[in-house]
Amino acid sequence: MTAYRTVAPLRSVLAVLGALICTGAPAMAAGGEAAHFERHEWSFAGVGGQYDRNQLRRGFQVYKEVCASCHALERVKFRNLVQKGGPEFDEEAVKALAAEWPNKITDGPNDEGAMFEREPKLSDKIKGPYKNEQEARSIQNGAYPPDLSLITRARSVHNEASWYIHVPMMLRDVLTGYAEGGSDYLYALLTGYKEAPQGFNLAEGMNYNAYFPGNQIAMAQPIPEGGAVEYQENAGAKSSLEQNAKDVTAFLAWAADPSLNERKQLGWTVMLYLIITTLLLYFAKKRIWSRVKH
Amino acid sequence: MSNHASTYEPKSATAKWWDERLPVPRMMHDQFVDFPTPRNLNYLWTFGGILTFCLVAQLVTGIVLAMHYVPTADDAFNSVDHIRRDVNYGWLLQAMHATGSSMFFLAVYVHIFRGLYYGSYRAPREILWILGVFILLAMMATAFLGYSLPWGQMSFWAVTVITNLFSSLDSVIPGLGTGIVEWLWGGYAVSGATLNRFFSLHYLLPFVIFGLVILHIWALHVAGQNNPTGLNIKTKSDSLPMYPYAVAKDAVALFAFVIVFAWFVLFLPDYLGHADNFIEANPLVTPPHIVPEWYFLPFYAILRAIPDKLGGVIAMFASIAILAFIPWLDRSPVRSTKYRPIYKWFFWLFLFACLALGYLGSKPAEGVYVFWARIFTAYYFAHFLLVMPIVGSIETPTKLPGSITDAVLGKSPGKSGATGGGGVPAGATAAPEDR
Amino acid sequence: MANLWQFAPLKFSTRLHAFLRNLGLKAAVLLATGNMACGTLLFDDDPLEGGRSMTADVEDPNRRDILVVAASAFSAVGAASLIWPFVHQMNPDAGAQALASAEFDLAPVQVGQAITVMWRGKPVFIRHRTAEEIEAAKKVPVEDLPDPLSRNDNEPGTPATDANRTLEGHEKWLVMVGICTHLGCIPKGQTLADSKGDFGGWFCPCHGSHYDTAGRIRKGPAPRNLDIPPYTFLSDTKIRIG
Repeated sequence: MTAYRTVAPLRSVLAVLGALICTGAPAMAAGGEAAHFERHEWSFAGVGGQYDRNQLRRGFQVYKEVCASCHALERVKFRNLVQKGGPEFDEEAVKALAAEWPNKITDGPNDEGAMFEREPKLSDKIKGPYKNEQEARSIQNGAYPPDLSLITRARSVHNEASWYIHVPMMLRDVLTGYAEGGSDYLYALLTGYKEAPQGFNLAEGMNYNAYFPGNQIAMAQPIPEGGAVEYQENAGAKSSLEQNAKDVTAFLAWAADPSLNERKQLGWTVMLYLIITTLLLYFAKKRIWSRVKH
Repeated sequence: MSNHASTYEPKSATAKWWDERLPVPRMMHDQFVDFPTPRNLNYLWTFGGILTFCLVAQLVTGIVLAMHYVPTADDAFNSVDHIRRDVNYGWLLQAMHATGSSMFFLAVYVHIFRGLYYGSYRAPREILWILGVFILLAMMATAFLGYSLPWGQMSFWAVTVITNLFSSLDSVIPGLGTGIVEWLWGGYAVSGATLNRFFSLHYLLPFVIFGLVILHIWALHVAGQNNPTGLNIKTKSDSLPMYPYAVAKDAVALFAFVIVFAWFVLFLPDYLGHADNFIEANPLVTPPHIVPEWYFLPFYAILRAIPDKLGGVIAMFASIAILAFIPWLDRSPVRSTKYRPIYKWFFWLFLFACLALGYLGSKPAEGVYVFWARIFTAYYFAHFLLVMPIVGSIETPTKLPGSITDAVLGKSPGKSGATGGGGVPAGATAAPEDR
Repeated sequence: MANLWQFAPLKFSTRLHAFLRNLGLKAAVLLATGNMACGTLLFDDDPLEGGRSMTADVEDPNRRDILVVAASAFSAVGAASLIWPFVHQMNPDAGAQALASAEFDLAPVQVGQAITVMWRGKPVFIRHRTAEEIEAAKKVPVEDLPDPLSRNDNEPGTPATDANRTLEGHEKWLVMVGICTHLGCIPKGQTLADSKGDFGGWFCPCHGSHYDTAGRIRKGPAPRNLDIPPYTFLSDTKIRIG
């Protein structure tokens, strides 16, 4: 969090710069069918953002109580929940959590040659409820709830701007370090369940979602209005649809990119070093070239 | 240039002993310390050094990643995820390698356009230039092979689509294209066998590039560097020793370049990639929008601009191959575009066409996008086949400075420059720089 | 020498980490000083004005340009510190570290029998020793042993008595990393058919090292007793290694 605070001024400078770049241009073209995705103030956004530990903890609670009944998180291991830069739960608590995780680990063969099921350990993956895609589809009416380990990096928001503001938009994103397209999409999806508009032909068993490509999604609204979970007193936020969606999105963003905190902290050290060295080299070069006419 | 008198003097008995047996220090001294560089080089000439850095960076990060990567259809995606999550600094090394390819192409495109603008392909640098074209081709092959390795959706479908280009040969000899494609795949579809051989070749090709680069630098040190005036080094005052002058400038540019590199690696590791590549390869589902990496977009646009399958493939390969012929297509009496009042405009138009093709390559091949892609594709080829020879023949260059020294010191154009009177015979290839 | 190895093998890897980390720093300093030396070698005559020489300036302290030296030093330090990620990536990754402990059930192992289990990719010998074997091991005076240290990660630095080679209350169980301390072969002696060597313990066929019933080296080229990994008994017959 310290790193976040120190770079915050820089971040706002860049944000202002970015704003300047695009105020001259017309607002992002709101294309016909393409839904407009809001950009959220994620704590981990931009070049200086870091994960909010309390938010990741709440987000894990939402994942555990809501998403985990269908979605696996198998690239994440229980030990990751303890490590720095993540939810940073207590190790003993995660051991206990792993031991009572509903989806057991298949291990073996044992001395009799049979496979057996055992409780997950810290080193095991956060297993989903289904053995494989076929089982998932047969239970979920043909739909496949994807593993969520990489979901925020596997989704994005397209830059649908017209060609003449395409480049300024790109420049703004690069300078402000906008890398939260996947999170913005996921949040919009989780909060995008609506009544299907009149005349919309909704297939049986499908749900209308304003942000899902094609607007028909097999997943029923996972988080109801008012929220799906009870946050603890000291969790730092009140449960609601928006808050749950935001928290679980942040948690999944961490799951997909667990080294983000370390990466951005190193980033500023490296940037500082590079800028100083480049300036030094530039003046050294000037000094050297001052010996000749050029 | 390379046979300028050696100024190397071994300073110790050991150095002398070495010098009589394997004079590598002498070569390094003569070629990279005391080597005469034109004194008027601008920052565009630092990209050669930057590209050397890029190649070494890709080699080193690549060798390290290969220690953890598993080239099988079942484990490739998992092993890349494992590198990012669990290998010590794996997230950094993987991001450096993935971003590095983009940075490599960014630098090589600047390098190529610098050569085009200042006529660095003209005699006596034809072989130097053609080696560069081969390096570009090898880079493209390496980048394409490397992109398959993460075995995400984009990897898989890029391999499928690009290898299928060869099936267009079926329209020449039935079965020929299909045969080649199945030979490339090692199966009847893109599979683990394809991935494994692509990994092998992806590891091999950079060393081929390395060899080509050594030849490229060798050729450069025979002809000497071109410079913004396009004039040859005639007197000692036209040049400065490479160290410290050019080296100091290279160092500034390299670090400035690394700032951009590091910005993407550390703040935007996914920006230059595609989200679909975070989904494991699925042979049953094609992503809705498949586009190549940005550095292939102009060529992709050319491919799609031609309505005929085989024609598109030919046009795409021709767009690169044609570069090898421009030393003879350009008929101007001078090298540098700086002194070419008409061609100058065509040069910027050409640059614009390439950027436009890049933009169009990222758009779906439909409607107005196809129309413009065809226009710019036509100009791309016309630039080389029509503009270069015709404008070069009819244009009268502005006055050149008498020498590089004159250009640096701001003296008025000397009488040895191309005069405004049209005294240069049309189609003359012997540049006045050589007089 | 004995001191250097007494925390081996576990602690040694930690020391290796520290050493390699330092290596990056040292390389940085070396490169930087090297570059500073180069920085003083700058030659500054303008070819326009006359000839140039490479060496004449070295002696003249006025030629030393602090700006050039600083710039060179800075770039060298950066280049050198970039070495560490490339070195560190070869160390055991987070997944391997997480597998550091494993649990085993010893109930089926009868007196006189031994089992071999895998821990961190290495074989671990667990022998249920007979009273005679324990007795034989206890009788040997520590001074007569080639290696007088217990090599027990649970009791580092203690003398190689039989008691120090086992856990108190569980003396009948001998738990050791089954890798010969000479050059890493797996000694024989785990099955009834195996040769157990001259001292009734283990025998390494590669170069003829003989270990006794407490896994201590008695004869042959191996320098150390077999290493004892960190372990605890969760119950009388359940053990956790690591």
